[in-house]
Amino acid sequence: MPVPGPVHQRLAALCRSFEWKDWAGFCAVRRFDHSLEPEYFALREAASLADVSPLFKYELRGPDAARLLARMTVRDAGRMAEGRVAYTCWCDDEGRVVDDGTMARLARDHFRLTAAEPTFGWLQRLARGLAVEIEDSTAALAALAVQGPASRDVLAGCCDADLASLGFFRVAPAGVGGVAGWVSRTGYTGDLGYEVWVPWADASTAWDAIVEAGRPYGLVPMGLDALDLARIEAGFLLAGVDYFGSRRVVQGFRKSTPYELGLGWMVALDREPFVGQAALRRACENGARWGFVGLEASWVEIEALYESYGLPPSLPAAASRDALPVYLGERQVGKATSHAWSPLLKKRIALASIQAPFHELGTELEIEHTVEFERRRVAATVVPTPFFDPPRKRKP
Amino acid sequence: MSERWDAVVVGAGHNGLTCAAYLARAGMRVLVVERREMVGGATVTEEHYPGFRYSACSYVVSLLRPWIMRDLELPRHGLQILPLETTFTPFPDGRHLLRDADPERTRRQIEKFSRVDAEIYPEFGQTMAELGRLVKPLIDAPAPDPARLAPARLAEMGTMAKHLLDCGGDWLAGLYKMSTASAVDLLSEWFECEQVIAPMAVSGIIGTFLGVRSPGTAYVLLHHYMGEIDGSFRAWGLARGGTGSVAEALAASARELGAEIRTGAPVERVLLRNGRARGLVLECGEEIAARRVISATDPRRTLLGMVGEEHLDEETVGALSRFRFRGSSGKVNLALDALPEFRALPGDGPHLRGDITIAPDIDTLERAYDDAKRGRYSRTPFMDIVIPSLTDPSVAPPGKHVMSIFVQYAPYHLAEGPEDWVNQREAFGDTVLETLEEYAPGLRDRVLHRQVLTPWDLERTYGLTEGNIFHGELSLEQLAFLRPIPGWSRYRTPVRALWLCASGAHPGGGIMGAPGALCAREILGGLETGP
Repeated sequence: MPVPGPVHQRLAALCRSFEWKDWAGFCAVRRFDHSLEPEYFALREAASLADVSPLFKYELRGPDAARLLARMTVRDAGRMAEGRVAYTCWCDDEGRVVDDGTMARLARDHFRLTAAEPTFGWLQRLARGLAVEIEDSTAALAALAVQGPASRDVLAGCCDADLASLGFFRVAPAGVGGVAGWVSRTGYTGDLGYEVWVPWADASTAWDAIVEAGRPYGLVPMGLDALDLARIEAGFLLAGVDYFGSRRVVQGFRKSTPYELGLGWMVALDREPFVGQAALRRACENGARWGFVGLEASWVEIEALYESYGLPPSLPAAASRDALPVYLGERQVGKATSHAWSPLLKKRIALASIQAPFHELGTELEIEHTVEFERRRVAATVVPTPFFDPPRKRKP
Repeated sequence: MSERWDAVVVGAGHNGLTCAAYLARAGMRVLVVERREMVGGATVTEEHYPGFRYSACSYVVSLLRPWIMRDLELPRHGLQILPLETTFTPFPDGRHLLRDADPERTRRQIEKFSRVDAEIYPEFGQTMAELGRLVKPLIDAPAPDPARLAPARLAEMGTMAKHLLDCGGDWLAGLYKMSTASAVDLLSEWFECEQVIAPMAVSGIIGTFLGVRSPGTAYVLLHHYMGEIDGSFRAWGLARGGTGSVAEALAASARELGAEIRTGAPVERVLLRNGRARGLVLECGEEIAARRVISATDPRRTLLGMVGEEHLDEETVGALSRFRFRGSSGKVNLALDALPEFRALPGDGPHLRGDITIAPDIDTLERAYDDAKRGRYSRTPFMDIVIPSLTDPSVAPPGKHVMSIFVQYAPYHLAEGPEDWVNQREAFGDTVLETLEEYAPGLRDRVLHRQVLTPWDLERTYGLTEGNIFHGELSLEQLAFLRPIPGWSRYRTPVRALWLCASGAHPGGGIMGAPGALCAREILGGLETGP
């Protein structure tokens, strides 16, 4: 049974739909009202506020903090400047991805790592012999995501940081609503956005300040359903949905290398030893068996399919994690693990794992589509991700 | 002796009934003879105090093979297994550990004691489940026998070997380790804190005369991880109506399939002619003729008791005398006026609706074992407790409860001799209640009735030699092709037409039904039965 998060009272007062879910053992709102659309459109057109505190967070302090992360993850944390954030993943000895998250260099000797799963033991094991202290700050630090085109303006109204100079994937100390913490220009929506990091006990104060500052801009609290839709449009994978962390499953065929998840770009192979290095080198040379790609289903065919039943097209508003098979001819060549109708792009999109070489851009495949309980197929093309990548996301 | 049965089964325990049902299903004329007035053996529900139904001996079900449940249509015959959701471990310092099916909640619980243990806990469960999955085919099939060179047997060995090799090097190493390590050693490789290790280690000593640091207990731990209910792996449950309903359902199924069951018919000996079993002689003198005799009692009782040393060769007699029983457990069943109140977590709650384990630390468990080694019952016993009435109201009057307490150690071989159990029984029961009283003050005042079963009682009443609940210890040197004795692991005995179909045969004890079903399959020549 989940326990309340740091702004539970605020969320409970607003959650008219009573649609909650369990996120890492905390209560999280799926959607506040009857439909996720007002929240989603606020995100894309104005600004949204989401509680992302259930993320697992770890403070790494000490002269060897960078070394620990360099040893553990596929990226060389030692090369990160202060104030930088990097999206990274980490692997086991066989080069299979354990989890993905962000690492932020808050100070020369202070990193913050986020993860989807408990990672304290993993960090501790790898920290042997290193001068670094590890603190599990999951329940000590709240994280609030302020995202959308107006997010900078909203934050400027309640935050004392110089947001104009806070570049993409940077972090700086900041006071929000008078609460001392940090602001990072990061997020899971693929849009302009920030994450506010404040002590758990003061999260409501920060929340209230953001809500107040957001009023003129149409800021709306956002639940996980809308966030899920946004992250699919952004092409972001989700552990446990698009891949299984290698500590979560036993059989090798269910595990993935970074190359199979479209994360090959972040793997820095030629440096001091890190976990999985040799296996990753081999994996890189051998080439990936799978690719993690975007699919765009043919709307023309979907429409025609419904028409053949005498029905108007009808797709659920929320994204789905019920994986759909993807075919080339009669052969199943993959699975679409996250799929949705994108209201912004007016397209049916999916994130899928497809067998090589059918994952190449432009490949014409078919994705399952069920109408009136009959499983049918429609054409789907392999397209680049992100599906949605507005310039405002990175622009200073 | 006007009629001759195709098969007569001695003992209506759950394996005997299973064997009879499968044979009857194949068209044989089968008779089951049972000494007691009721069926079930150690799988019985007894009412000693009006309105309160004790699962007298065995009290949880998990290993009952799903394919047997399906084949014999046990749910249709009334068997329903209710879930045991939680594992509650109260500690003397007032803290507690409560584990359940919610992984996040369980993680937070373990985090009270150790963050790293909490993190690694699901991986341990995953690994054990995988090892269990790899070992499962070895349970659901007769033991491979390296001593036999018959082509069919060699092919079987080959299949088994391939299966193990397919597991891969890491898993083979893991299995090897499992077979030699102690429960504590294995768990200590994964976990750091005793509050996690101690309650998990006790699964490795259930029904054995071993301590949690004894080699071989890691295997018994794995055996308990292989629980399966309704096809869902590793789940433990309560039989609705008490464990006796397992036997009742099996008996109903067997009868419907055409078997006949006679209770109140104790057997004196096996009828032999020219070294071959021809039937039975009951204690009342009646002779029962049968083509084959199948014993659902333990190997020693069968061969040394019902057949007799004089009909067996020296090698067999020697091997049988070396087959170890060494009963080490007792049972205390209570009728309660009200629920117990645990200091570590007062009040009613999910923690009372599962397994309650009294295993505070490794040292206490070792001291309990030390007592047993010296021929004494443990002064600081380990206990595994369930309160079935909370999930199954049919076993107690409304508002009142049954408490089932499995206790170790209670060694059959007391320093004063096993007969002295008659004198020590009540003191043993008192020790159990006094120990429990420390964790749940006021329990004694809520006891309306108590039944104390010592290894002596288990032997006298239920036919469990030396009170061993598994018809012979489940240690590795008495398992698989060595169970019960080398060369005779496929349910046959040195006496022609005399078979063994219960826990003394492969794959061993627990409410599995597998020995009974596999024995029937062997008799039928591989037809009709099997997963």
